[in-house]
Amino acid sequence: MKNFEYLFAAWIIVWAVFFVYEISVASRIAKLRDEVERLKEQLREGS
Amino acid sequence: MKSRMAITALLAALIIFAGYAALFIAPDERTMHEVQRIFYFHLSAWVTSFTAFLLVFISNIAYLVTRRVKWDCLGVAAAEVGIAACSIGLITGPLWGRPVWGIWWTWDARLTTTFIMWLMYISYLLLRGLLEDAQRRALLSAIFGIFAFLDVPLVYVSNRLKDVRLQHPRPVILGGADSGLDPTMAKVLLVCVISLLGVMIPVLIDRYRLQILRHEVEELRFGLEMRSDDSRAGTIKATL
Repeated sequence: MKNFEYLFAAWIIVWAVFFVYEISVASRIAKLRDEVERLKEQLREGS
Repeated sequence: MKSRMAITALLAALIIFAGYAALFIAPDERTMHEVQRIFYFHLSAWVTSFTAFLLVFISNIAYLVTRRVKWDCLGVAAAEVGIAACSIGLITGPLWGRPVWGIWWTWDARLTTTFIMWLMYISYLLLRGLLEDAQRRALLSAIFGIFAFLDVPLVYVSNRLKDVRLQHPRPVILGGADSGLDPTMAKVLLVCVISLLGVMIPVLIDRYRLQILRHEVEELRFGLEMRSDDSRAGTIKATL
């Protein structure tokens, strides 16, 4: 197969971009959920 | 959780089938041979990107009309997903261009307008980072997002215009009498477009949730600040 490396690279990049992006979104969501809980706790403590 | 697992499994199967179809079912192209198969991922990325940017445009208009935070959140989420898909298009394009044209990049009408579109949406996100006031940030980014969308139809028509410097090929779909796609190629392309759009939807939903959480964090912080200001004022009053 001629130029297979370009085809292979394109295939990997397509799914790698979405996969890495989804992982980054999921980790940011987890961090923010923790922060929301922490802030709610602080508000409860103060009231 | 179970439905999420089922959707993930379905998408994984669709991705594998789309890859198999693009690599083995689609017929060989006469002049470019195997490397032409990049087309199925490349075009799918552009369809995904254009869909996301259209969603940004709709969300921005909806925000200006209703001033509801959810539209601002959807606009940001769609912009980021659109940038991811646009980046895939901008990477797979040169990977296809290098063996076919002999160059990675050239500043022709299609490539230049596309690069500007990518920069515009990056700027849209950067602009938001510069503004602290939430309402002002949502308003200005909605206005900017509407202007950014003006480049999207320009990208679409850039390889359809006559008398423009063009390295990028003329359109093979909806490109007039000389355009057209082999029926099997068209079916494989459709599968690839559906698989990428299928991936975009759950990613977009997650990104939207993230933005809603960010908004919630901002509101909670604001609430805490207001309370500490009130207690400080109360202490001063008591001292006086």
